[in-house]
Amino acid sequence: MKYKLLNFARQIGLLLLVVWTVISLVTLLIELVPGTPATAILGDQATTEQINNFNQKHGLDKPAFFFSYNDEGFKWHGTRNRYMDYWIGLASGDLGTSFRTERPVLDMILERYPSTIMLALASMFVAISIAVPLGVFAGTNKGTIIDNVSSFVALLGISLPTFVIGPFLVYLFAVKLRWFSPTGSANPEDIVLPAVTLGAALSAILTRMVRSSVIEELGEDYVRTARAKGLSERKVIYKHVLKNGLIPVVTILGLQLGVLLAGAIITEKIFNWQGLGLLLLDDGIGKRDYRLVQGCVLVISVTYILANSLTDLVYRWLDPRIRLS
Amino acid sequence: MNRLTYIGLTIAAVFILTAIFAPFIATHDVTAQNLMMRYAPVSEAHWFGTDALGRDVFSRVVFGARISLEVGIIVVVVSSFIGVILGAVAGFYGGWIDKFLSGYVFNVFLAFPGLLLAIALVAFLGAGLGKLILALCIIGWVGYARVMRGQVLKVREYDFVQAARALGASNFRILFTHILPNAIQPLIVQASLGMAGAVLSEASLSFLGLGIPPPAPSWGTMIEEGRGFDILYNAPHVLFFPALAIALTVLAFNFIGDGLREYLDPKQRSR
Repeated sequence: MKYKLLNFARQIGLLLLVVWTVISLVTLLIELVPGTPATAILGDQATTEQINNFNQKHGLDKPAFFFSYNDEGFKWHGTRNRYMDYWIGLASGDLGTSFRTERPVLDMILERYPSTIMLALASMFVAISIAVPLGVFAGTNKGTIIDNVSSFVALLGISLPTFVIGPFLVYLFAVKLRWFSPTGSANPEDIVLPAVTLGAALSAILTRMVRSSVIEELGEDYVRTARAKGLSERKVIYKHVLKNGLIPVVTILGLQLGVLLAGAIITEKIFNWQGLGLLLLDDGIGKRDYRLVQGCVLVISVTYILANSLTDLVYRWLDPRIRLS
Repeated sequence: MNRLTYIGLTIAAVFILTAIFAPFIATHDVTAQNLMMRYAPVSEAHWFGTDALGRDVFSRVVFGARISLEVGIIVVVVSSFIGVILGAVAGFYGGWIDKFLSGYVFNVFLAFPGLLLAIALVAFLGAGLGKLILALCIIGWVGYARVMRGQVLKVREYDFVQAARALGASNFRILFTHILPNAIQPLIVQASLGMAGAVLSEASLSFLGLGIPPPAPSWGTMIEEGRGFDILYNAPHVLFFPALAIALTVLAFNFIGDGLREYLDPKQRSR
């Protein structure tokens, strides 16, 4: 028990350390901007007074970090610096104010967050509905032409990037067949094409997982027992094999939720889906609103890290063998 | 090795030869515009048609191979070099060095979604070939480091390492002349998959407008330019050929990586 608690504490400690590093990186990345954020937003023609006002309003007149080191040598600035300011803000749930719209960054992100999560979940649903039947089919027909074809399709799905699949789906279903509108997120059916695009790669990975998992389980003793007691092959597979074979698949799903969130950036761009990725690209990077970029990167990566850690914990809890190792 | 691996090797060879001999293969100047010939369909003069500015799509796809290959090779070489050194050091020395490197540094980089980190870096640094390569190396090295650490942990227990130690070889010599050459094999798989990943990431960032700025013929940029509704309706070839090129290239390196993995790890062959 003591060992278990210690292990758990270590996991949490590592998680906090990782989150701290990510936040620090994001906070300090803004220092890499060529020139200053003020000239990026206000333009080259801005007067010194305008620049000073801007810097003061966004706290950019303070030093970047606790200390600096330049031609004048080492200088200690104390706790009144931008790095500390960002942390103090974070502690009260404040991600700063947008350089462009002057709205709180957190509000802008919360407006878009649900659409991104919805897209990620929808694509996960697409992936599962393709992968489970296909994987079982391939696994139970191992080595046959069906298996080879489905393995090939899976590898194809992994290799085709979203920005190739997306426009092709648009071409086929929006331009040629006119079943869906090419972009936008106004109607409920608008989610279909983005979800399929984003879910394609995941369904390919899952198909391979389900296949090898099914093959492995089919070799277990309990399958022979189930067959020996006269169960139909169908029952053996769906009631016994799949139940055990899906444990690793569940883990992959959890880990992939994070990947989907990051991958959604490109999909949102293709379909003009009003999510977090589009906010980052168009309003953040496109308009050089660095405060917004910081906020989006932070929220996406922390969501990603939390999804991964949570999966890890659930997995350990599900399968005690992993807990011990 | 299976048939898919050979198919992969063939496609990769065509791709590499195309990149090397691009100036001889291309039929037109890649940046030469001809506004009288906008969106011209596939023809004898323009094998893959022309784009919005009347530029020859075939020549641009051919030179696009050069950009992809250049980025891919530099990223694989640099990030595998960094990864091998850090992974080997972590695995060989163990103790607090390993705790710090694999327990903290590797985990931080693994915890960050790669594409997002690359996007963030390029967003703050500004677009450009050098910065793009830098960003891809920063996200790429950790994969090699992890594989290398595992390998070194295994190889350092072998008898010949003990023998070298008994002969009085220095740590440096043991690590670089005895352990590394025997631990490097799985890295070939990682490098092949890393090549696919780097080509894909370059195209992704260029697609998002964060990679190599136009008019350079990056496949990602070409796909971005060809995906408008009107263009898809009237001139789908603008999108089709660069998309095919990138799909084939990534597929080829994935085939190679997969085949090599099976070849090097016989346990997987039966699956």
